[in-house]
Amino acid sequence: MQGKERDGKVALLEIKNLGISFGGLLAVDNVSLSIEKGQLYGLIGPNGAGKTTLFNMITGVYKPTSGTFCFDGENLTGKNPIEINKKGIARTFQNIRLFKNMSIIDNVKVGLHNNHKYYMVESVFRLPRFYNEERKMEKEAIELLEVFDLDKEKDTLACNLPYGKQRKLEIARALATSPKLLLLDEPAAGMNPNETEELMETIRLIRDKFDMTILLIEHDMRLVAGICEEISVMNFGTLLASGKTSEVLNNPEVIAAYLGE
Amino acid sequence: MKKLNSKLYRNLIMVAAAIAVYAFIAYGMNTNMLPRATQTLAIKACYNVILALSLNLIVGFLGELSLGHAGFFALGAYSGCIFSINSSLPIEIRFFVAALIGGTVAAVGGFLISSSILRLQGDYLAIVTLAFGEMIRSFIKIIPYTGGTSGLNGIPSLGSKFMTFSYSYVFVIITVLVIRNIVTSRHGRAITSIRDNAIAAESVGINIKAFKIKVFTVGAFFAGIAGVILGHYINFIEPANFSYNVSIEVLVMVVLGGMGNLLGSIIAAVIITFLPEILRGFDKYRLLIYAIALILMMLAGNSPKIIELRAKAKVKIMMLRRKALARKGA
Amino acid sequence: MQQLVMTLIDGINLGSVYALVALGYTMVYGIAKMLNFAHGDIIMVGAYTIVVFISRLAISVPLAMFLCVAFCAGLGFVVEKLAYKPLRHATPLSVLITAIGVSYLLQNLALLFFGTNRQFIVKFINVGSFDLFGVSVSGISVIIWVTTIVIMLGLYIFIKKTLLGRAMLAVSEDKGTAQLMGINVNRTISITFIIGSALAGIASILYSAKYLNVDPYTGSLFGIKAFAAAVFGGIGSIPGAMIGGLMIGLIEALTASYLPFNLNAASDGFAFVILIIMLVLKPTGLLGKNYTEKV
Repeated sequence: MQGKERDGKVALLEIKNLGISFGGLLAVDNVSLSIEKGQLYGLIGPNGAGKTTLFNMITGVYKPTSGTFCFDGENLTGKNPIEINKKGIARTFQNIRLFKNMSIIDNVKVGLHNNHKYYMVESVFRLPRFYNEERKMEKEAIELLEVFDLDKEKDTLACNLPYGKQRKLEIARALATSPKLLLLDEPAAGMNPNETEELMETIRLIRDKFDMTILLIEHDMRLVAGICEEISVMNFGTLLASGKTSEVLNNPEVIAAYLGE
Repeated sequence: MKKLNSKLYRNLIMVAAAIAVYAFIAYGMNTNMLPRATQTLAIKACYNVILALSLNLIVGFLGELSLGHAGFFALGAYSGCIFSINSSLPIEIRFFVAALIGGTVAAVGGFLISSSILRLQGDYLAIVTLAFGEMIRSFIKIIPYTGGTSGLNGIPSLGSKFMTFSYSYVFVIITVLVIRNIVTSRHGRAITSIRDNAIAAESVGINIKAFKIKVFTVGAFFAGIAGVILGHYINFIEPANFSYNVSIEVLVMVVLGGMGNLLGSIIAAVIITFLPEILRGFDKYRLLIYAIALILMMLAGNSPKIIELRAKAKVKIMMLRRKALARKGA
Repeated sequence: MQQLVMTLIDGINLGSVYALVALGYTMVYGIAKMLNFAHGDIIMVGAYTIVVFISRLAISVPLAMFLCVAFCAGLGFVVEKLAYKPLRHATPLSVLITAIGVSYLLQNLALLFFGTNRQFIVKFINVGSFDLFGVSVSGISVIIWVTTIVIMLGLYIFIKKTLLGRAMLAVSEDKGTAQLMGINVNRTISITFIIGSALAGIASILYSAKYLNVDPYTGSLFGIKAFAAAVFGGIGSIPGAMIGGLMIGLIEALTASYLPFNLNAASDGFAFVILIIMLVLKPTGLLGKNYTEKV
């Protein structure tokens, strides 16, 4: 069950030649990546490069048409989103997808759904396990919200939150599923420099506090350069370059892809 | 701590209200102080409340439109009542067993239809449920033991109206408790999350298909029980009792009461039950009123113009209040 | 053999009318992305206008037919404007409930004005009949076939060749982008409703000419079957609506004439079973494309 070793470190996510085509159109082609435990990994590239599509394959929304990916030593290619989440991959979405008409704390509790189990019969008859598990869920949810400074407004409806907090709540919800790998799809989109700064702090905090491995898609180069140890660049569905952040960002090919020839 | 207290307080009020309503109607029935028509409608209100609550679970919480509620209602009514006619148990026990049988048969129907339409959602799902309801009604006409088009006769009565009401009321209480306990549990949250954003729900490991089946099964179970109550109260059922109009009427209750609002469903179901009595003489406009109510409710909740108007009204009220306060202060 | 030919002709007649109605569903569904539940009821309204104009007011037949189509088109326009347009950004569930409300409203208005009783329509199209394989085929059947084929082709050309038609395609593909390209999305959707409802008007004329009666619930059952036809052929596809309509018509005619008598009371039930099986097995239809939500 051990992941492949590389430089003495364990690869948590190992993507091999992954590709998908939609009706003959190759959206992602032959992408290989390896992310180690505890890493903060960035995925950048121009719009339409296939970054989100790659996320969608890793989370089971799309089924890859070629290649495989292994998570924690287990081949998860072609599994559905539910199985993949249970194996320990959680994500956020580019266009925020909260449970808008539910309270903030309930959003997080939905994330905790599979961690605290009791049967429907137990909730119908309000048996002890219902109360026990609900109490635990409440406690854990509040702890999570505290990390994101959302605990004071836990009963507000999610749709009434300002944009920046919605993004935070989405991350909190993903963390509630106690994942080993967190995928963030453009977490800083639509944020001003101050908010982005704060977000960078939060992401670092998540990594340290939860011992999390994080893969994020981002356009904000300051954020990427500021927190990612390694990055990969995608362009036209293929991998352009991978490696240490500073090296990749100085790669002439990458600069060309971003600024145009 | 404060929140816990308010919750307890709320629950106590509900229990008190439930007892008060029962006591009032029981007294009115036993002393015959309530008009006969009202006594009859009180029983009708019971099964309508059960229908509305169970449909609300599907429409309001899961967010899928089911237009086949009359089908589950019919499955329960026929299976429960056929048992009741052919059984020789004491009538009270017979009624409870019939309710269990009716609910179970309807639940099986709900399970089968929901597990075959897992890939569908929205409009398609609504059409399939509509077709399912109409299919049940059509097939009742040709299935043996159902009495066919001429109806099923000789369903035993529970004795007095008071007895019928009391037994029905027990089932109302059971329904309220079960559905409330489901929606306020982790399962309820999962169901609501599917309504709000199915893709996000899946991303946090919520099994949408499993919950769809569970919700339809539970909803159908209670609709089936409502059918058994109907049968034992009018002692005769026919396919016309379970037409598409019934599904719409229940939908109107759910929409008027507020989707996802259990107390609202109860109140709306009671009001709609008594509406023909309130609007006596206007009965031919009743269905028209339902139609207009459905449209207006949706427009009021969603039309940008009306939402803007409401926001403006809110601001105005706030201003007035502030002015009044200022005047008081001065 | 003779019975089979007769049944097939009946099926094609019925199927052609279904196809016309299915066209309306498919256009509105393709462009406004909503199931116009009230579409079937517009046929019922159309048939009632025929009753009023021809049987009661004795207006000349061509004028009455024109008025019927115009009335249906106008009704479609008004319904869209008042009930659906304000809900353009609402959840699909709200739109669907509104559409059901409109359908129910039309049915009950008809009920209020004309009562539950079936209204009979005088035979207003008088044409001869001819022989086909020893079976007499009525002229009305031929009129139905020709009308359907002409409309189908006309619509196909309209959508592919005219500016407005292409605007419709663009709106069906992506409302936002269409708007950015300078297409008036609201107007395009309005026009779609008008055309769809006019088609329902034409269908109602053919229906009345063939079946000569109407009641307030004529439209809803007919509409549901036509919707099934549209789904069967693939939502958004014009040839699909044609094929789907004919299929449903033929299936219905065949089951109606070959089902044992004691099962006949449930003939609608069998139609619904077929509908459920079709939707469950092939929700994208024969010629439809897959709509998936973008993540």
